Amino acid sequence: MALASAGLPARGDTAIPERTVGRRLDAERLLRGALTALFAVFLWVFLLAPMARIVWRSLLDGQGGFVGLANYVRYVETPAIAVSIGNSLAVSATAMALTVGLAFVYAYALTRTRMPGRAVFRVLAMLPLFAPSLVQAIAFVYVFGNNGVFTRLTDVNVGIYGFKGIVLAEIFYCFPHAMLILTAALAAADARLYDAAAALGASRWRAFVTVTLPGVKYGLMSACFVVFTLVITDFGVPKVIGGKYSVMATEIYNQVIGQQNFTMGATVSVVLLVPALIAFVVDRLVQRRQYALVSSAARPLAPSRRPVRDTLLFLYCALVAAGIAGIYLVILVSSLVARWPYSFTPTLKHYRFDAIGGYDALVNSVQVAALTAVVGTVVVFVGAYLVEKYRTPASGPLYMLAILPVSIPGMVLGLAYIFTFNAADHPLNRLYGTLAILVISNLVHYFTVPFLTATASLKQMDAEFESASASLGVPFYRTFWRVTLPIALPSIVSIGMYFFLSAMVTLSAVVFLVAPGTELAAVAVLLMDDAGDTAQAAAMSVLIVAVGLGVRLVYGTVLRGVTRRAQAWTAAAPEPGPGPAPGGAGRSGFSRSGPRPL
Amino acid sequence: MAEALPEVGPGGRAGSRPPAVALESIAKRFGPVVALRDVSLAVAEGEFVCFLGPSGCGKTTLLRIVAGLERQNLGRVWMRGRDVSTFRPADRDYGIVFQSYALFPNLTVARNVAYGLETRRAARARVQARVDELLDLVHLRAHRHRYPAQLSGGEQQRVALARALAPSPSLLLLDEPLSALDARVRLTLRHEIKALQRRLGITTIMVTHDQEEALTMADRIVVMNHGVVEQVGTPVDIYAEPASLFVARFVGQMNLLEAVVAGDTVARVGAFQLRHRPEPGTAPGARVTLGIRPEEIGVGPAAGERDNRLVTRVCGVQFLGAFTRLALALPGAEEATLVCDLPAGAVTDLGVKEGAELPVSLRADALRVFAPTPGA
Repeated sequence: MALASAGLPARGDTAIPERTVGRRLDAERLLRGALTALFAVFLWVFLLAPMARIVWRSLLDGQGGFVGLANYVRYVETPAIAVSIGNSLAVSATAMALTVGLAFVYAYALTRTRMPGRAVFRVLAMLPLFAPSLVQAIAFVYVFGNNGVFTRLTDVNVGIYGFKGIVLAEIFYCFPHAMLILTAALAAADARLYDAAAALGASRWRAFVTVTLPGVKYGLMSACFVVFTLVITDFGVPKVIGGKYSVMATEIYNQVIGQQNFTMGATVSVVLLVPALIAFVVDRLVQRRQYALVSSAARPLAPSRRPVRDTLLFLYCALVAAGIAGIYLVILVSSLVARWPYSFTPTLKHYRFDAIGGYDALVNSVQVAALTAVVGTVVVFVGAYLVEKYRTPASGPLYMLAILPVSIPGMVLGLAYIFTFNAADHPLNRLYGTLAILVISNLVHYFTVPFLTATASLKQMDAEFESASASLGVPFYRTFWRVTLPIALPSIVSIGMYFFLSAMVTLSAVVFLVAPGTELAAVAVLLMDDAGDTAQAAAMSVLIVAVGLGVRLVYGTVLRGVTRRAQAWTAAAPEPGPGPAPGGAGRSGFSRSGPRPL
Repeated sequence: MAEALPEVGPGGRAGSRPPAVALESIAKRFGPVVALRDVSLAVAEGEFVCFLGPSGCGKTTLLRIVAGLERQNLGRVWMRGRDVSTFRPADRDYGIVFQSYALFPNLTVARNVAYGLETRRAARARVQARVDELLDLVHLRAHRHRYPAQLSGGEQQRVALARALAPSPSLLLLDEPLSALDARVRLTLRHEIKALQRRLGITTIMVTHDQEEALTMADRIVVMNHGVVEQVGTPVDIYAEPASLFVARFVGQMNLLEAVVAGDTVARVGAFQLRHRPEPGTAPGARVTLGIRPEEIGVGPAAGERDNRLVTRVCGVQFLGAFTRLALALPGAEEATLVCDLPAGAVTDLGVKEGAELPVSLRADALRVFAPTPGA
């Protein structure tokens, strides 16, 4: 070929086909193929098909006739509804800026100073993870509401209902999420850079601007995206404290539950998808660049003692932690007194739950959360294993589908499930109104973070384990059971914990799906508050937090046991070889710093 | 078609017995990147063959195709006369040691070694006996209850070897098995692996980018570059008679001089005429490269009686322990173009020092001729 001399592929390259030589089909490949197909069917039936249905529904009128974009036009042209778009963006942007700013200082104090009480501050800041979002809103109403303690004592009504109240409550709700991301980013510091900055005569401020901030740039961005998404998709807070201030999440609820206008509900839902999807895509692009910011040669930073700074930051952290603790104290006290804020006589009568749901709701919640944890962990881990360890043409699309749910607001998913499984012609129609559909919606709604955790923990394992096993004639499932699972056990336990806690506190994913007999605790809190039984709502919140904390304690014990067992085989080698020994002391540490929900 | 095994490469020499491994026109591409094009090769029973080449030359891909861990786009893999191209790894009867060893970190040394035995429905006692046997073979019996992370790199490597050999495979594949170790351990293990291979008589293919490793361990070396085989031969062949400029550069040290063919066995380098080995097919006026190894350059009085005598200038003296390496500039040249190795004593005997003149001879029978690489 004459072209060969022009630097194009040498002669004969085009004769090599794209296809590889075929391989005999054996039982193992058949099994893996079947499992992968099952995973694909799961994602199709419970994620893609429902989302397609809700988008389709937004293009139909109330009678099922195709109307194109008419619903969207009506949405934008109806001022009462359209205002929710601007409101949602305003609330989310404000809460995002404030939360990330506050959490950054807090995380900095936890990781880069030697102030006392860092462990306690860390635990206190995580409290909001154990309660539904609306609990912070209820607490703010108790203090600053029309009949709040503050309002009665000072006779000053700060006008908490609306923008102010939503932003304040969301800050507390999102604080632990931002703090966890930022402490992880700030903890991964390279002391050598600070030494270099000091040696070059840079001031502390200059070192902060040129070393610290660039180092946590991606952490900051990630925190921003997470908080923004949490706020714009949250429903509990604006429902309780929003008053007449309408945001998109409450608008969906009003359209569906209040006016039975499913079409407009679908339309608002699709619009709500847009900002969450944008945040998701940008975050993925940013994450991709984050690779290897801290090299393996980095020396960990040992913060020095600086009394003035440490004292100031201690006071700051004390203030924030007191605020968070205060919220839960208010909830606890109001559930235990006769009538907040008029009569502070201790009583347990609010725990009788004479009105809505009662203890059945709590039992349901625990059941759903436990099932979500067990089933979710199995599906996530097996799915991630198939996608990560056995590359096929399906791997890419399956991976994209698996990380998509994080950008789908819970209410949108719930509404999509109504459209899908409430349809008389759907083969899984019997799921509707069962605990199973609640489990599935939680599982899908919270799928992404566990999937990424599992993928990360699988990626850390030597890619040749599967090859070694195949060359020794050992079936893949045996190696999965004897090697992959034991090594990933710490991640697996934390995945289960994440599913349990999330399912316990979620409101938005299940609010449309609960039915008589399948009430859940978080929904009960909402309904009690709606009905004016705020003391009972507080009591139910206390129980939710108590269950969460109890399970967290068990989790801590289990994880310690699992880690201790793993330490037997990750113990430092007597003479560490320079090689990339799998599971060697150098690598095993990483699995502990991976994305950990708690 | 299985009966018509083509005689590919010199590996078919071993009489009527089919080679342990034969590769027939293997080609492999990863999307637009061609990793291997038309590689054919045969490995005889009991032979130790090294795939040698720079990173990215396709040697590991070729090994993984033999193992069935990678699938070729074209060509066939034969083992002992059977076409195993469509076989999965488990059915190909080999043991493999990976660069990372891929030891299972949560299993003890003994359980790692037993891993491939336990599924074969062997009695527990027999598995135990086999594990003990292998741990004795690699001198690790005392460590049987340890976990891989508690072993040194060299010990992990030997566990990986024991695990690969446990099911008594008829072929051993080694993927850069020594590259992760420090220099001293590497030397010891080189001998140990070679001795083990001799003792077991097991056919072995090892991938390496370290020419010294290949020269000391292999019965035959397959030098690869850009997805093609540049040369196949014994270590002595490869070192003494490199078939191409690439092999000459890659294996050992070689002085290379750009030259123009001036006549029969004569080429011009700058202002000099040098006589070289006969090389058929060189036309007068053609550009060629002359090559001579540093230790083949004659120095001092001995240089006097030989042909291609030159008086060079010493530009650099580098003490390297057992010998001293000199950088020499040709007459009239500013920069050094020749490297020459002298035994430690000769340097003082000859009074070599920087700036001094040194007569040398480039023996005509050591001066090899290489045609320029197409496209290079």
